[in-house]
Order: sequence, then C-alpha cells, then structure tokens
Amino acid sequence: MSMLEVLGVSKSFGGIQALDACSVDVEKGSVTGLIGPNGSGKTTLFNVITGYESADHGEIRFEGKSIVHAAPDAIFRLGVARTFQLTRIFPRLTVIENMHVAAQREGFRALFDRWSSPREQRRALDLLDFVGISHLKDLPAGNLSYGQKKLLEFAYILIADPQVILLDEPAGGVNPTMINHLADRIRALNKSGVTFLVVEHNMEFVMGLCQRIMVMHRGAKIADGSPEQVRKNPAVLEAYLGV
Amino acid sequence: MKIAKLAGLIALLAVAAAFPQVFPNPAVTTIAIFTLLYATATVAWNIFSGYTGYIALGHAAFFGIGSYAIALMCAGWHVPGGYLPFFLVPVAGLITAAFAVPMGWISLRTRRHTFVVITIAIFFIMQPMAFNLRSITNGSTGLSLPIPSGWGLKFNFPFYYVALAMLIVAQIVSWWIRNSKYGLGLLAIRDDEDRALGLGVKTGPAKLAAFVISAFFVGMVGALHAYFQESIFPAFAFDPLFDIALALMGFLGGLGTLAGPILGALILEPTQRYFTMQFSANGYYLIIYGALFLAIILLLPEGIVPTLSKYWMKWDALRSSSMPKAGNELNSPAEAIQDVPAQNEERVEL
Repeated sequence: MSMLEVLGVSKSFGGIQALDACSVDVEKGSVTGLIGPNGSGKTTLFNVITGYESADHGEIRFEGKSIVHAAPDAIFRLGVARTFQLTRIFPRLTVIENMHVAAQREGFRALFDRWSSPREQRRALDLLDFVGISHLKDLPAGNLSYGQKKLLEFAYILIADPQVILLDEPAGGVNPTMINHLADRIRALNKSGVTFLVVEHNMEFVMGLCQRIMVMHRGAKIADGSPEQVRKNPAVLEAYLGV
Repeated sequence: MKIAKLAGLIALLAVAAAFPQVFPNPAVTTIAIFTLLYATATVAWNIFSGYTGYIALGHAAFFGIGSYAIALMCAGWHVPGGYLPFFLVPVAGLITAAFAVPMGWISLRTRRHTFVVITIAIFFIMQPMAFNLRSITNGSTGLSLPIPSGWGLKFNFPFYYVALAMLIVAQIVSWWIRNSKYGLGLLAIRDDEDRALGLGVKTGPAKLAAFVISAFFVGMVGALHAYFQESIFPAFAFDPLFDIALALMGFLGGLGTLAGPILGALILEPTQRYFTMQFSANGYYLIIYGALFLAIILLLPEGIVPTLSKYWMKWDALRSSSMPKAGNELNSPAEAIQDVPAQNEERVEL
C-alpha cells in the first residue's frame, strides 16, 4: 500500500519547469531511493511534499489524505519529517536543546510546559546515543563538524516519531565510516517500521540501502524498479551520461 | 549554587526596595524611576527581539500609544490625581497590546531588514497621527494628566515602587517564557525560522504572541511615564530615540539573555540622565550615544552577559582540564563513531 503518493505535480520557477507532472509513490515500510542528475527536481519534489513550496498543479496524499495545501508544521505533525541537503540545525542552541525543538506542544500548553519532560530528556539522550553523538550533548550545535550536524538533524526529527522520513543527500560530504554508520541506523529504524525516501548521489549507498529506486530527469520520473533494473535501464544511462 | 543565586536575587531586591529610602533626593529618585522604566521596556523588547531575533525599531509607537491611552482615559473619566491612575496603567497596556495585534500581523509577514524597516515605518505613521488627529490628541499642544497632590517630598516614591513592580513582573514573564516550550520555539525561530516551522513550531502565532506581549509592557511603561511627567506631547511620546535606546541597552547587555536588558538599562540610562543634567538638554548625550553604539558593535558585538559567560566558561574549562580526570570529553568524529556500541539498536524503542 502506498503511504505517500505524489500525483502529477508540476512546479515552475519563472521559465524553469522544476517538476513536470511528476508522479511518485512510496510504499509503507520501504526504503525507497530517488536519484537523478543535478537539477532534475529531487529537492523541489521534497520541498513540495513537505509544504515548503506549493505545487502549481497536482495532488499529494499521505495515508490517503491530501496534504497538497498544508503548511510545513502541519505536515510534520502528521508524521512526515525531512532533512535538508545543506544541513539545518539550530547553531546557537546546544545539541540537547536542538533535540527538544521538534517535540512541540499543542496550543497554550507550550506556555506552561518546560523545554522538555524527564521522559523526553531520556529519549533525546537515547536518540543521540543511537546516532553516536551523545558525548557532545552540551556543545552549541554550531560547533559540530559537518557530519555530526547531519547526524544531529537525523536524530532530532526522530524525537517526534515520524512515520516517513525524507532524507536529502544524507551521505553528501560525509566520510565513508560515517556513511556506513548512517546506513546502519536507517536499516535499524526501517526494521522498527519507519518508511524512508532517500535522495542521494552516492550510488553505492543508495543501491545497498534501497529495495526500490526511482529515477528523475527534467522534473519527471523516467524509471522505477529494483536497483538492478534501474542500473540497466537505457533511459537512466541516457539521462546520466547524456548519450 | 541555587541557594547562592536565590540569596543574590533577594539581596538585589532588597537593595532596589531600600534605594529611595537611602537616597530620597528627588533628583536621584527621578533618575532611578527613568532607569526602571527603561529597564522594563528593554526586558519587554528583548522578549520579542532578543528571543526571536527580529530586531524591532518601532516600539516607541507602543510607548506613545500607552501614553495617550492613559491620558485620554484620565481626561475622559475625570480621574483625580493619586493612586487611581496607577490602576489604569495595565489598562493602557492592554489597549497598546490590542493595537499591536494588527501591527504585528502586518510587519511579521516580512523578515530581517525588511521587518526592521516596516517597524520604523509604523512608528513614523503613528507620530504624525499624534500631531494631526487634533480632535483626539489635541495636536502639538499635547494633553495633561492629573497631578497627585499631598505627596510632598516623597512625590517620587509611589512611581518608583510601581515602576519596580512592573520591572519585576516583566522579568518574571521573560524568565517564564525563556524556560517554556514556547520560548524554545522562539529561540529556534531566531536560529532558523523555516526549519523550526518544519519541525512543528507554529512560527506565525508564536512570533505574534511575543510581539504583543512585548508591546503590552512597553505600553505600560509609556503610561506610567506619562503619569509621572504629568503631560504628554507628540514629539516626546513618539520619540525615535526611544527605539534606539531599547536596542542599545539590549545589545549592550546581551540580546536574548535574561539579565542583559536590565544590565544594559542600568548602565546606559543613569549615564544618559547624568550627561543631560551636566550639559543641560543640548543633546551632547546624543554624540556619546552614537559613540557608545559604535563601541558596542565593534568591541562587544554579543553584549556584556554572553561575553562574560564565555570568559567564565573558558576559565572553568581551563581550571577543570588542569585536573587529571578530564580531557576525553571531545572526541574526534571518527572516534565518536567507533565509540557507538552495536547493541544500541536494540536499546532504542521506536
């Protein structure tokens, strides 16, 4: 069953058609890869799904419910979380404070609750342990290395228990040891029921991680299938090599 | 540590409460009252600008609205001088807050530099209105407020204690917000607003609420200031220097900190009043203000409180690193990964 469905979504910026009647879907409980050359519309697709950009046409459904006009905070509360290609953490808050931002409260309770409950504190520490940066918890997040920031961004969305996580180039600019570490964490989370959609240029990483890969080119999906199928697909080779 | 902090706080309050009894000279208590008023306004300004990072330079509009609100209420209801007008101060605050809702709603659609310009623009819409809406504001003739009689030499005392109470309430609200989940959302907005929105923080209502809360206190400051001065004029009720003063005090003490705004006001306001008294009202203090602003931006861009706490942390780290047990707190990223035990996967429930 499809958990996340994007149906014929178009988005243009001035004269540039970033998404051209693009349709993709993500199966519940899967780790799905999304690849494509630079400028093929992958990040725009993420932005449209998570409410940061509004689609010109088309429909987006999460668990059968339309989210095409919803705001980013509402979409996040439904259980769709994402990371950014250029990692975005809160640099002046400490690592542990970053962890508590995503655990928001409804309405006026936000005014009467402290930054975190004891339960949330334990859970935040567990999650920092899970990604391997709990020893840095009291540092300002801006002092972390690039790879550590990626791990922090990954950890702090987990605190809200998202059902589907969209990762935008999680392995970009990260050293090989950390890439393997990240892949392990994604598999562990997937085993416990979290669905993933991963944009990545590192083919080894994507091919090793995903059961299914979709390929985008010029704002639309041009191929879809298992890693082997996609690798042999002539349209994909053409898009990447320009032959 | 906690007991020491509490004791310090109580000592500070005792000093503040005893101050006019020890220095009953009206010239001194007048400076003290202005200092308390500016401290309250800066604390309130910091709740919005310090926590969210949106630098508002139009809070003088709220100061003016509060001033005119209390003057008009006193005139309309024929309120006699005495303790009664003090009870109208929070009402003036509420009226100001009501004005702040549409102003915030409009200006908060923009960000950063545009936001600063919009807040200045709103201020410059309000000031000519005070001059020109003669039927309400009495134009440049201004309005006068009732004058308390029979307070004699201790005339300043009630104003001092009401101003002190206002500062305490504002500081408690600021402290409360800073430690609430709502405050964490505001700090997240300061660092990366779009990211905060994508993590479920309702950024729009959160910003507007902080804006209105800060306007409420600044309106009260305007109201008490008007009652203390006994009369108001458009040029003084809507004074662009008030905006600069709040920003200057906030920046000097430390933007977004709890103690910073009070510290900034405590340093700058008496200094300014002293210079005004020494060189009469010829505006020399403005030159000093400008020079101070430059010096703060160049030498203390983060303000006194963050700079001091940074030095303190450095010194603390130095002291503890000379002890044997410390030293392994900061691993390199590569080490950090090898440190992760494999059984973590089982331990985390998801």
